[in-house]
Amino acid sequence: MTKQIRQLERVVIRFAGDSGDGMQLTGDRFTSETAQLGNDISTLPNFPAEIRAPAGTLPGVSSFQVHFADYDILTPGDAPNVLVAMNPAALKANLTDLPRGADIIVNTDEFTKRNLAKVGYASSPLDDDTLAGYAVHPVALTSMTIGALAELDVSKKDAERAKNMFALGLLSWMYSRPYESTLRFLERKFAKRPELVAANVAAFKAGWNFGETTEDFAVRYEVKPAKMPPGTYRNITGNAALSLGLVAAGVRSGLPVFLGAYPITPASDILHELSKHKRFGVTTMQAEDEIAAIGAALGASYGGALGVTTTSGPGVALKGETISLAVALELPLVIVDVQRAGPSTGMPTKTEQADLNMALFGRHGEAPVAVIAPKSPSDCFHAALEAARIALTYRTPVILLSDNYVANGSEPWLLPEVESLPDLRVEFATAPNGEDGTTFLPYLRDPQTLARPWAVPGTPGLEHRIGGLEKADKTGDISYDPANHDYMVRTRAARIETIPVPDIEVEDPDGDARVLVLGWGSTYGPIGAACRALRQRGLPVAQAHLRHLAPMPANLGAVLRSYERVVIPEMNLGQLAHVIRGRYLVDAIGYNQVRGLPFTAAELETMLEEVLKNV
Amino acid sequence: MSEPVALKLTAKDFKSDQEVRWCPGCGDYAILAAVQQFMPELNIPRENIVFVSGIGCSSRFPYYMNTYGMHSIHGRAPAIATGLSVSRPDLSVWVVTGDGDALSIGGNHLIHALRRNVNLKILLFNNRIYGLTKGQYSPTSEVGKITKSTPVGSADAPFNPLSLALGAEATFVGRTIDSDRKHLQSVLRAAAEHSGSAFVEIYQNCNIFNDGAFEQLKEPGTRDDYLIRLEHGQPITFGKDGQFCVVHPPGGFGLEVRETAATPAEEIVVHDATVADPAYAFALSRLPGFDLRNTPIGVFRSVRRPSYDSVVQGQLADARATVSETPEQQLAGLLGSGDTWTIVG
Ligand SMILES: Cc1ncc(C[n+]2csc(CCOP(=O)(O)OP(=O)(O)O)c2C)c(N)n1
Ligand code: SF4
Ligand SMILES: [Mg+2]
Repeated sequence: MTKQIRQLERVVIRFAGDSGDGMQLTGDRFTSETAQLGNDISTLPNFPAEIRAPAGTLPGVSSFQVHFADYDILTPGDAPNVLVAMNPAALKANLTDLPRGADIIVNTDEFTKRNLAKVGYASSPLDDDTLAGYAVHPVALTSMTIGALAELDVSKKDAERAKNMFALGLLSWMYSRPYESTLRFLERKFAKRPELVAANVAAFKAGWNFGETTEDFAVRYEVKPAKMPPGTYRNITGNAALSLGLVAAGVRSGLPVFLGAYPITPASDILHELSKHKRFGVTTMQAEDEIAAIGAALGASYGGALGVTTTSGPGVALKGETISLAVALELPLVIVDVQRAGPSTGMPTKTEQADLNMALFGRHGEAPVAVIAPKSPSDCFHAALEAARIALTYRTPVILLSDNYVANGSEPWLLPEVESLPDLRVEFATAPNGEDGTTFLPYLRDPQTLARPWAVPGTPGLEHRIGGLEKADKTGDISYDPANHDYMVRTRAARIETIPVPDIEVEDPDGDARVLVLGWGSTYGPIGAACRALRQRGLPVAQAHLRHLAPMPANLGAVLRSYERVVIPEMNLGQLAHVIRGRYLVDAIGYNQVRGLPFTAAELETMLEEVLKNV
Repeated sequence: MSEPVALKLTAKDFKSDQEVRWCPGCGDYAILAAVQQFMPELNIPRENIVFVSGIGCSSRFPYYMNTYGMHSIHGRAPAIATGLSVSRPDLSVWVVTGDGDALSIGGNHLIHALRRNVNLKILLFNNRIYGLTKGQYSPTSEVGKITKSTPVGSADAPFNPLSLALGAEATFVGRTIDSDRKHLQSVLRAAAEHSGSAFVEIYQNCNIFNDGAFEQLKEPGTRDDYLIRLEHGQPITFGKDGQFCVVHPPGGFGLEVRETAATPAEEIVVHDATVADPAYAFALSRLPGFDLRNTPIGVFRSVRRPSYDSVVQGQLADARATVSETPEQQLAGLLGSGDTWTIVG
């Protein structure tokens, strides 16, 4: 049968199933095939909160969304065009996100009375009109997989478990994906059990062939490669990129990296990743709690390492006192906060720009630190390097605000040349700096950076004591002198305020926008996609995105004042808006959403259109 | 390796230029002087010695030592010192802490440092009171302690610091007293020689808020009858005339004090700090009552176990043993690992 081939510009597929169905892996493989083809990609997993929720229930649904296109895209897509639902729970949990007309591929084998009852379907949605308006493709995925593997020497259970590869094979056929990388992957993954390689490959091929032969799939799609800058790419998640950025910071500074961490979702993967890189001199310590984790990192920094601690909001709350100590000690320290929905335990697997207030203001005393936020998964690499650069150059704690959305999302990353990465080498103090040539003044500052000397233990002649008590300027001796304290507080503030950061850039292609959308961190993608959509419709809008939240770019006030309206979308109740209004006296409007989900480009587009109408 | 050169340091070399600011008569002075006098013995250059402390009167200690030092935050010194020690195995890292600092706010870090066996020498100045905050009861104060915060007596049972450390399986545990310089230095010496965590409780008099807390152990009239001076390899007898001894009654879990005259010599426990099972040292730690009778001092336990630092450094060394590329080459390889694809311009 010859199939019609249709060209598409972009597709959003969501693979959904029970947490035991291997949907993350299926999505990952599809993404990798898609990357090989050269499409631009953006992905977003959605994990269940429970580790092993009862099979077939709504809380047990795990999904993976992949958006790919023949042009550069900014988000994992608002709504899927295709849903692969491995069971009734997966269908029910995802149906509301699906626009009418979308394709739904369902595993009919799982639509048993029992499974339907588990999710409260009185009758099968495949038989009633629940799915009216959708293009439903019923596929007996489980039984066909088992049938395809009948000849092979695998247990029924192993055969059944290969059904995700059947689904992957079918989708790979539908979207004309090159599948060699998947075959190679299966060989690697099951290297120790050749019978499973055979089973999974057979299931994959059965899915592919099913697409080719069945009449239900009359059309096959193609999405042409995107025009991307030349170079070598890999697909990467934010947490992986951030980890590599920290390894790179170690290499580029020549310092050992010391990570102190206590496991917490969604930051634990950074600890896992960095623990694999001992050959780079990276030490990871799983501490007894978050306080010990940052304490150990600070102790390592004091000893001349690049001290890093990684956590999420609840952990940052615990670390506050030590961050203040690091402010007083003026030592380099990188604190990574992979934000999640709060307060308290909140929704640990859901995203939120929850902690900007805490990062900027959440400490006792006047304790300013530098704060930066990555805008996308691959940007986490560069943000980590930038955090390390500021920490090392200016001898200060730096808070890096990632979040669950960029941490677990992925996108293609143009691999940088190692030589092009910033040079982070530092100079430790080696000799007395007092005028008499013999005394060492631990708080005598570099006039340019206002950084104090980093005199690490082991350096003869520079023995000195530091601590959390207020210190006299230059000597670092304990001081209760009023004028000295006033001077030191202002100096610590100036140390951060005067860190040079790049000017904020405004994207306003036609230069005629009257409304500026200002964002920070992970909202870059959805805001960018909304602005593009508006411009395509002839509605001018300008976009600016903050990477440096402390200090803020020097030109920010001028930029804000040059627009009639400033809109600040945030996944919180207006934390940046509050700062902007207070600092720049600009009547910025907030657009706020705290549902644990990233913005959709469509909702921002609608909101901005409304704003545009009123200027 | 060649013999280390004698550095010829003196106590004076370890005095910093800061004016010591404890209350006159505070036991901390005696400890400081004993430590400064002991330090030259280590024959370690001053720049390789670091004192890390928490918060409390006792935690002012690093300011007075002419070494590297950090006066950190309340209770966190063991955690900070762990990061320093693990990443800088070349340093001799000492922690100075108080009973509130180590056992109240910092209890978690203390037990974890001990269970990890981080290469730290931890000196706990136990005055059974919060000195710096002006006299509240502490986790080592006796039940019923009347203080500003417990006007009708404290209601909670205290920690026995040594029992706690032994419960965490500390590899070195000792106790000494501020006023007995010779003994204090002998315990410091043993602690310094130990590789791994060495935990030393120092009974320290706070003459302002808890004066005389350890008086019976110092008073010439009582001290010999109260103190058990532990000596490795020696039968445990004590008292002015050696009239008391320690035995392990059959069927019992612990140790008991008996009259030496009525006890067959072979029943007297011979002190062995190297017993692998912490239960022995634990039993020793349970001997004293709240009247301070039968208080052992000296080295309770000193056993060998690889330090956390050495294991971590070993893992790093193993990982690096096979590396032949430059760090930049390694990094390029790491960045480009996994599924990659190339777009040609
Ligand atoms: C986070 C925090 N909580 C409370 C305090 C107040 N504080 C300082 S020292 C101290 C108790 C000190 O007692 P101890 O450790 O026994 O030391 P000492 O002064 O007796 O030597 C307290 C509660 C503090 N500095 N920081
Ligand atoms: S309050 Fe007590 S412990 Fe503190 S310095 Fe005075 S005497 Fe020493
Ligand atoms: Mg005390």
